Amino acid sequence: MTTDEQRSVAPAQAPTAEAAAGGTGAASPKIEVRDLDVYYGAFRAVKGVTMAVRPRSVTAVIGPSGCGKSTFLRTLNRMHELAPKARVEGTVLLDGANVYDPAVDPVRLRRYVGMVFQRPNPFPTMSIYDNVVAGIRLAGRSSRSELDGIVERSLRRAALWNEVKDKLREPGTSLSGGQQQRLCIARAIAVDPEVVLMDEPASALDPVATLRIEELIAELRTNYTIVIVTHNMQQAGRVSDETAFFTMDEDRAGYLVEFGPTREIFTNPREQLTEDYVSGRFG
Amino acid sequence: MAVRTDLVPDGAAQRPSAADRLLGPHRGNERMRAVVDVVMRLVSLAAAIVVIVPLVAIVGYVLVKGLPTLTLEFLTHASGNTESPGALNAILGSLQMVPVALLIGGSLGLLAGIYLAEYAGPRMAAGGTFLVDVLLGVPSILAGVLVYATLVTYWTGSSAIAGSVALAVVMFPIVIRASEEVLRLVPGSIREASLALGIARWRTVVSVVVPVARAGLLTGIMLAFARGFGETAPLLFTARGSESLNVGDFSSPMAALPLFVYQNSRLPDRTFVAQAWSAAIVLLAIVLAINVIVRGRSVGSRVE
Ligand SMILES: Nc1ncnc2c1ncn2[C@@H]1O[C@H](COP(=O)(O)OP(=O)(O)OP(=O)(O)O)[C@@H](O)[C@H]1O
Ligand SMILES: [Mg+2]
Repeated sequence: MTTDEQRSVAPAQAPTAEAAAGGTGAASPKIEVRDLDVYYGAFRAVKGVTMAVRPRSVTAVIGPSGCGKSTFLRTLNRMHELAPKARVEGTVLLDGANVYDPAVDPVRLRRYVGMVFQRPNPFPTMSIYDNVVAGIRLAGRSSRSELDGIVERSLRRAALWNEVKDKLREPGTSLSGGQQQRLCIARAIAVDPEVVLMDEPASALDPVATLRIEELIAELRTNYTIVIVTHNMQQAGRVSDETAFFTMDEDRAGYLVEFGPTREIFTNPREQLTEDYVSGRFG
Repeated sequence: MAVRTDLVPDGAAQRPSAADRLLGPHRGNERMRAVVDVVMRLVSLAAAIVVIVPLVAIVGYVLVKGLPTLTLEFLTHASGNTESPGALNAILGSLQMVPVALLIGGSLGLLAGIYLAEYAGPRMAAGGTFLVDVLLGVPSILAGVLVYATLVTYWTGSSAIAGSVALAVVMFPIVIRASEEVLRLVPGSIREASLALGIARWRTVVSVVVPVARAGLLTGIMLAFARGFGETAPLLFTARGSESLNVGDFSSPMAALPLFVYQNSRLPDRTFVAQAWSAAIVLLAIVLAINVIVRGRSVGSRVE
């Protein structure tokens, strides 16, 4: 199995990165997945995944439709278990702690591992301001005096501040699709997670909005660990440090074919399946 | 190889011009379509009239019969007043018992609706929905009988609280059904967004899902409210009615507008019967007012 020892293309980390809270030593992975099997009832959607995600890096998950990318992503913050009859076998370690330990509260886990969805989904009854602070207010860690600062900081990080700073009280749904998605990113990072999972965050957006999201991901990389599912190979190439290629076998169970530095996956993959997929020769 | 002549320049010359095709004589099915169109429009218009005419007739008839006795005394005297009896006890009775019933049936119905839509597994939800269907179909007099056989017989006797409970039994399934349905309309992506932020399940329901469904929930509650004002049968063996003013004493019998209409209409005196019509006007006005408020509100909240 592939490990994270190939570091030849590891880009420079932000100088402050190591000092920030929650960071672990450069050598230990932020997320480590071991022998992960994921089920919907009797159907095994993902099987035998083992991989490690480095802290403050962008990991792309690519693969054909239906190979279990979304399913895999949602096991990392235990959103998977919200589906009926959903089940997980194997281990997912966050900083070495098993998130599937019975003692772990999934609600608490999700404050550390946030998520951005394919379709922008701002809370329709809330203003832009309230959307950003929803996680802080409703997860019961409200400190009213800090909220204004958090809103500005989160919106700046999400590259949305200049566009909305004069209309923070307007409904979040009044924004354009691309702005809504950046609002959702702001909302996700407002609770100060350590990991941000993104499931095709730009697939509902036009090329310009997509570019903004990609630039944003590149910036977020200095503070957060990002795992992003994408159908867009160029996007994976542009934004990610490492890439995981999934595909599925005859019984539609998805599995990890190859995992490594993005440049190698795209230019010099070890598996024929990977090469076929990234060069567009796949089914 | 067959060539489509209408696509080649030569073929085009033989086809009728655009003007001919659009303005020329109708083909059979086009004339037919126009006829069906007209017939359909007339039939639905006739159906609408068939429904609207009785509605207007009822309101008009009630007004004609009841307006003469709808006096200031009628609105300010209790029905037990021997000189000039009125319906104040019935008006106040309805204005007390129905809100209390709404408090009981509405809150329970809302919670049960939230349970069915947000928490119940698929099997529980199907079972619950079926039960609610059954409850909706139960004749309202059985709600009165149920409360009579339990609360009235063993505890409270004939009383306003028994009347409120009986009305609550009628309102309960209406509120459940309405709230369950509007909550199911809230997109799952909204719940996911909230849960993924580390917001607890109950908090997601209370602060994210319910506000989205607010207008619909309010409509359901107001529907039940209006229904409560109009129900006679559940009160027959429970609140029973009363000749005198009862303000705030829920352990004693209490009058209500529909009960007043029913009871007065059976009295031999013509003025009493006329007062039944006047009470019907008051009842209509209250229910209409509730409907107008609800409509105004739900439109308002959509705009905001
Ligand atoms: N809620 C569910 N219940 C049952 N099966 C599901 C459910 N969600 C997904 N699946 C199945 O699991 C498999 C993987 O689905 P998943 O959505 O993870 O694929 P994906 O790689 O994200 O596809 P895409 O690129 O089209 O988004 C598919 O076969 C799908 O039919
Ligand atoms: Mg997917």
